[in-house]
Order: sequence, then C-alpha cells, then structure tokens
Amino acid sequence: MDEIFGIPAPLLFGQLLLGLINGAFYALLSLGLAVIFGMLNVINFSHGAQFMLGAFVAWMLLEWLGIGYWWALLLAPVIVGAFGILLERTMIARLYKLDHLYGLLLTFGLGLIIEGLARNEFGSSGLPYRIPPELTGAWDLGFMFMPVYRGWVVVVAVVMCLATWLVIEKTKIGSYLRAATENPALVQAFGVNVPRMMTLTYGAGVALAAFAGVLAAPIYSVNPQMGSNLIIIVFAVVVIGGMGSILGSVVTGFGLGIVEGLTKVWYPEASSTVIFVVMAIVLLARPAGLFGRS
Amino acid sequence: MSEPLLQVRGLEAWYGESHVLHGVNIDINAGEVVTLLGRNGAGKTSTLRAIMGLTGKRAGSVKFQGKELIAARPDVIARAGIAYCPEERGIFASLNVGENLVLPPEVLLGGLNVPEIHQMFPNLLERARSQGTKLSGGEQQMLAIGRILRTGAKLLLLDEPSEGLAPVIVQQIGATIRALKQRGFTVLLVEQNFRFAQTVADRHYVMDHGTVVDNVPNHELAGAMDRLHQYLGV
Repeated sequence: MDEIFGIPAPLLFGQLLLGLINGAFYALLSLGLAVIFGMLNVINFSHGAQFMLGAFVAWMLLEWLGIGYWWALLLAPVIVGAFGILLERTMIARLYKLDHLYGLLLTFGLGLIIEGLARNEFGSSGLPYRIPPELTGAWDLGFMFMPVYRGWVVVVAVVMCLATWLVIEKTKIGSYLRAATENPALVQAFGVNVPRMMTLTYGAGVALAAFAGVLAAPIYSVNPQMGSNLIIIVFAVVVIGGMGSILGSVVTGFGLGIVEGLTKVWYPEASSTVIFVVMAIVLLARPAGLFGRS
Repeated sequence: MSEPLLQVRGLEAWYGESHVLHGVNIDINAGEVVTLLGRNGAGKTSTLRAIMGLTGKRAGSVKFQGKELIAARPDVIARAGIAYCPEERGIFASLNVGENLVLPPEVLLGGLNVPEIHQMFPNLLERARSQGTKLSGGEQQMLAIGRILRTGAKLLLLDEPSEGLAPVIVQQIGATIRALKQRGFTVLLVEQNFRFAQTVADRHYVMDHGTVVDNVPNHELAGAMDRLHQYLGV
C-alpha cells in the first residue's frame, strides 16, 4: 500500500488526519455557533475570541496556578462560559428584539476588544502549551504514525458533538430548546423561563468554544489571533451546514475538514479557498444550507 | 359570593404603538365555561394574550385566585395555574406528537396523565411518533388542547378551538370541553362560531372595539339574539 490514486499513502493519510483535526475544531466551534443562533437568533461573531480565551485560560491556569490540562478542560469552559453569561445578561440580551445585524455588530466588536486586550497583555508571538504526558507519543497504525494527542482531539470532538446532539434531541431540556427556537413566546407561556434558558444556552455555546480552545492549545500555539484565523472558516461551515442546524454543523465541520485536507494533497494552491468555493456553490444551489430549513 | 377565579379589571394592551384593548372587565368563577364572542378585530385573541402577558405592554389588573399578575412574566403566569392554547395551535414542527404532548411542564398537581389524555384523544397515541405538524387540523387541535391538560393548570384559555375544523371534529371538541368542565376545569374560550359556543358555555362576554360590551348567561341567549346579531354583524 505505497500509493493511492498516485499519491503516497503516508502523505494521503497524513493530510486526511490533518483534515480530521481541523474538522474537529470546525465542528466544535460551528456547533456552539449553531446552538446560539438557533436559540438566540444572534450570529455570535465573538465566538473566535471566546475560543482563544479558552486556550488562554488553560495557559494561565497552568502557568500561574499550576493547574494542568485535565482540570483546564473542565475549568476553562466554566470560566469562559460564565464570562459569556455576563456578556449576554449585560449586553446581548438587550438586542434580541432588533435586527440580526445589531447582535452581529455587537459581538464582532466584543471579539475585537477581547482579542486586542489579549494582544496587549500577551503579545502576538504565541505562548507554548505542552501536551499532557499521558497524551504524548504516537501510535504506529501500519500505514502511518498517528500522534496520540491528535487522535484524542478527534475522539473528544466526536464525543462532544454526539453528547450535544443527544442533549438537544433526546432530553427534556433539548425539547424546550427546539421548541423555543420555533416559538419562544409560546414556550414561555407554558411556564418555561425562556430568558434564563437563552442565557444558559449562550453560556453553553461559549463554553463549547472555550473547550475547543483548550483542546487546541497544545496543537497551535496559544496566541490572540488563533480564534480570528479560524472563525471565518467556521462561519462558512455554519452557512454550508445550514444556520442553526446541529447535525449540519457537525457533519459539515468534519466533512469540510476532510475536503480541505484532500485538496492539500491534490491541488494545494486551492486548499485555503476550497471551503469558500463550496460555500458559494451551496448558497447558490441551496440558500438555507445543506441541512437547514428554508 | 366568593371571589372569582379570574378577575380582570380595566385591562389595556398594546402591540407596539397600537392600542388594542381599552379597559376589559371580566369575571370567571371556578368551574365555569365562558366564551368571548365578537367580530374579527374586536379584541378577543388580544384579551387572552394580554391575560397571559404575551402582548407588548399591558395595564390594569389581572387577578388569578386573588393574586395580581399584571406585572408577571408569561412563565410566572403559567406557573400560577393558567394554560393557554393559541389560535394557530402552536404545534412544534421539530418535535414529534409525543414530545409535543409532554412539552409543557407540570406546574401544579392534579393534571391529567398521558394515558388519560390518550383515552380522551386516541389519535394522539396512534400517531405519537409522527411529526407534530403532519397531523390533520383536528388532530393538531386535540394535541394543542391535550398538552395543556397535563400541566395541572386550573384555568384553560382556548383560542378558537373550532376554527377551520370539520363539523364532526367541532362536535368532538365540544364534547371534550364539556368533559373538562365535568372534571372541574375552568375555561375561557374565544369563539366566532356562535352555534358552537352556545353548546358548551355557561356565559358569553361580547367584545367590540377592544372592550366588553355585554355579558349574556347561556340560558338567556334566546332572548338576547337580536342584540347579539347586532354586535356580531350576523
């Protein structure tokens, strides 16, 4: 098994793995965006900054308090999620009755402020965050070497996506969320505290971004631009999957990661634009996205 | 005489800049079925929505079991024991029939359990796994009424449950409302179907231009036909 379609197998599988890793982050981030958009009708442009904050909180926990990766996976989403709740209560909640554009502008501004503050405090060269000892090394799969940490990221991302999907599709809270996405006033008239649910949903979406940030910290260096570099692609993923669609976010996130990886093998020049080409085609052919409801 | 279960005084409501209710007064006693009659645009649906806190702004007084609810949020009003079934039925497309049925949380003890609701509306059991909005109009209405019976609410606000339904289904809905009265529920019903209303109600409030203009007990209906026809433009 030296070559597949004329491509050396290690190169092909290496790029596939890279695509899966990127896809894992696209899926996790677009999942949070989809949950927030579905429930709050807010296009959360500060999502990239919240992803970056997750990585920085993990770095600070380690460097300043000596709290390692495993606790950071739990604590960083809680801390950044709580910060998200504060933003929602004090600012975003005031814009629900206005056009989408206002929420987009506010969160875009918030993202720029958070990123600017991080750059001012930590510089833009990036800070190292080491892989936890339990996840160092590589597995020999026969046709390629798979770094343990990268395998872990893919598995955890799949588990998180599945867990989020299960909560939304199979639990009582999920049925409130789905119903409130359609008709929040009626759900509130049934006795559900919808404003509180919206706050917690925003907090959960932000926590998901921060969780992805902690996962990303050992792979990419922890730097203020790490979110803004990723978020434009993630928005393209959300548009392709269908705004607000949970399944669309997950499938499209992983799928486009792989498409991007394969493009790097066959036509590297197009690898940074292929997702946007797909987005343009999908928008023309199916404006509501692949999994969205028109 | 004891205090009414629901006492509405001087209720005013607005949708944005539009002033839709101009001082509605209503009393509903426990165990009664009362209708709100009136022409299109008279303010019947707005009255139900204002009682539930679903209009943009409201003023006046809405007391339920003696508790003032005019400043309360819709979820607090629901938890006080008032359930609302909207005109458009409000069946959720993303939920199946079973999920729609158990969606409203139980706010008080004493609601019907799911087997009792299925006994009342057997179609809901047969189609439990269907998407909620794939049901026929009559089945959707049954689902919309059935799901609020679980909550334990004492007062049911039903907005035009007979609208757009075949006569045989309307009869079934009527039988259901009478059965609910037998079980001790109190019902405030918005209706345009005058014939249907007189088969289920104890009293009728007539609305015009956002206020109550008449109150007719059902047993006095025959003698009040002329003025009712005038109000309703029949």
